[in-house]
Amino acid sequence: MAVNLKNLPDEELLYGVKTCQGCGVTLAARLALKVLGERTCLATPACCFAATTTVYPQSSIFVNNAITAFPALASTISGMAVAAEALGWDEDITFLGIAGDGGTVDIGLQALSGAAERNDNIIYICVDNEAYMNTGNQRSGVTSYKAWTTTTPTGPCSKGEKNRFKKSLFEIMAAHRVPYTATASVAYPKDFMEKVEKAKNIKGCKVIHVMTPCPTGWGYDPAVTVRTAKLAVECGLWYLAEFENNEFKFNFVPKEFKPVEEYLKLQRRFRHLDESDYREIEANRDIEWNRMRKRFA
Amino acid sequence: MSKKAFLSANEAAAYGVKLSKPHVVSAYPITPQTTLVEKIADFLANGEADFKYMMVESEHSAMASALGASLMGARTFTASSSQGLLYMCEMLSYVSGSRNPIVMVDANRSIATPWNIFGDQRDAMAMRDSGWIMLFVESGQEALDTVIQAYKIAEDPEVMTPVMVNIDGFTLTHTYDMVEIPEQEEVDSFLPPYNTTNKMDMKNPKTLCQSVGPDFHTEGRYLQQKAFEAAKRKIVSVNDEYAKLTGRSYGGLIEEYRCDDAEVVLVATGSVAGTVRAVVDEMREAGKKVGLIKLRSFRPFPKEYFESVKDKFKAIGVIDKSISFGYDGTVFSEVKSAMYGSSAKMANYIVGLGGRDIPKKMLEDMYNKLFGMVSGKNEAEVQFLGMRWE
Repeated sequence: MAVNLKNLPDEELLYGVKTCQGCGVTLAARLALKVLGERTCLATPACCFAATTTVYPQSSIFVNNAITAFPALASTISGMAVAAEALGWDEDITFLGIAGDGGTVDIGLQALSGAAERNDNIIYICVDNEAYMNTGNQRSGVTSYKAWTTTTPTGPCSKGEKNRFKKSLFEIMAAHRVPYTATASVAYPKDFMEKVEKAKNIKGCKVIHVMTPCPTGWGYDPAVTVRTAKLAVECGLWYLAEFENNEFKFNFVPKEFKPVEEYLKLQRRFRHLDESDYREIEANRDIEWNRMRKRFA
Repeated sequence: MSKKAFLSANEAAAYGVKLSKPHVVSAYPITPQTTLVEKIADFLANGEADFKYMMVESEHSAMASALGASLMGARTFTASSSQGLLYMCEMLSYVSGSRNPIVMVDANRSIATPWNIFGDQRDAMAMRDSGWIMLFVESGQEALDTVIQAYKIAEDPEVMTPVMVNIDGFTLTHTYDMVEIPEQEEVDSFLPPYNTTNKMDMKNPKTLCQSVGPDFHTEGRYLQQKAFEAAKRKIVSVNDEYAKLTGRSYGGLIEEYRCDDAEVVLVATGSVAGTVRAVVDEMREAGKKVGLIKLRSFRPFPKEYFESVKDKFKAIGVIDKSISFGYDGTVFSEVKSAMYGSSAKMANYIVGLGGRDIPKKMLEDMYNKLFGMVSGKNEAEVQFLGMRWE
């Protein structure tokens, strides 16, 4: 199952993308397609990724690809996978869906729940940039606590996003008893690609939730997307884990968490925070990790 | 040889689906569509059919998974009704705009509020501009036959447009009648396997349902409009071909019943056409020159037909089981528009809402009102008939 970086194909199945520089989503999609290869049928909902790759008469995607409605990614790729079986297509073809966080944990959750419960043979990758970035940075169900977005603006009566914890897609999927679900980060490409590779070789509904920072929405230098994603994990504000054979597992646990401000101070969306906010976010982090440690251990 | 069975229109439609040999059926239950999807499940349970059946978690996903299946080149079916149809509304234009020839049945039912499970045509009419061909049937037999015809129309290379077969809730869906079930070989000779290039292809990867900006968008919609023009011809030719095969004809876009020398006619859509037929016969016995125009295809709308008869009749009444609030009954406004400049008196009767019965007496009253208008009596153009306070 190990991915050997030296043996990865040079061939790109995603290039010429019109995303912002430093886009985490593009990085995740590119890495996933390197692992899955050209025997892939892809679909995306209306989102940043679709809008920057798939506008007639051009395409930046070199596998079969379709855009579907915002709430409908999981049901659309389910239909594709089921039809492929009905039509007798080769079994090694991967049916891949890539959707953002809003398209997954909010408006797309019902369809994904249905696909997970039916255990249709798909890989669903949620690329999480913590807001509705295609429409200009509105909060979603996984926006970080106290983050500024255009619908959680800061002001005398607001310190940004009010929800203390991100909706846990990983655990929601585990509760469906899917054969495989995982979290990942673009800062850990080998871990991410190995998870994609593993998903490829398991039959049924596989869901990977990958953290993909957004320089435009988060307000940081596009050169430091990977560093930002890495700090999220090192500060304990994101985590790498897997659920397989009905068991949870952490893939990486920092020996000691870095102070959260190392991550937060990089980003304009957190610039209204002060020392007491950092400590509060740290306390929330510890609550979340204690809960997960109990559950996943 | 075909065989006869005592079936509800839902069951008859399910036989139409089975005989059309879809690859994928996806559905979510809603009254009064349920007995259709149950019958399909029975076919599979009994080993009488072998397609993939997706039991999805909502109507939105029913149509989305049908789209996904169709993108692979699969023949695909789904069915819904009322709120379910409204819930899948978003996907209807995805399917039609990307030219996926899915066939669905809508078991026509009223829409909330007030919550009401009974039949009228407000659900379908709310989808008027979804880009779907919309056919309405009068009987269980026509439901079975029209589902099969619908695939042939939808999958025609010049058409490539999805079809909604409308079956009046309860009045048809839950009413039993003798239905002739064609033999599989008969249907196979009529309906070839679905073959398209509008699908994903491992040798030549495709981008489907692509985003299209202002610079190309209008051309795509123009082609959809052209497809509906082609569908006008195809609905007629498919009906004729099917009639040769089975002996059953439904007229294509419309069917005229005793219209040749008629002075006063009613336009009816769906099951009520059957009752109107009986009233026409009775009134003809009494020497009244009445006729029926059964509207079978609402989209494409047979504009040319109505233009051609604009001066043929002295009065035309349109029966609507729906209304576009603030204007007319939905079918009436189309008929009136198509007959622009007509010398005929015109009236619109809004009846049958939320499952209200439409008795023969009510239809006879419509004809008499129309005769009254011919003799110079003034009547309101749009009338709700059979109100409790009348």
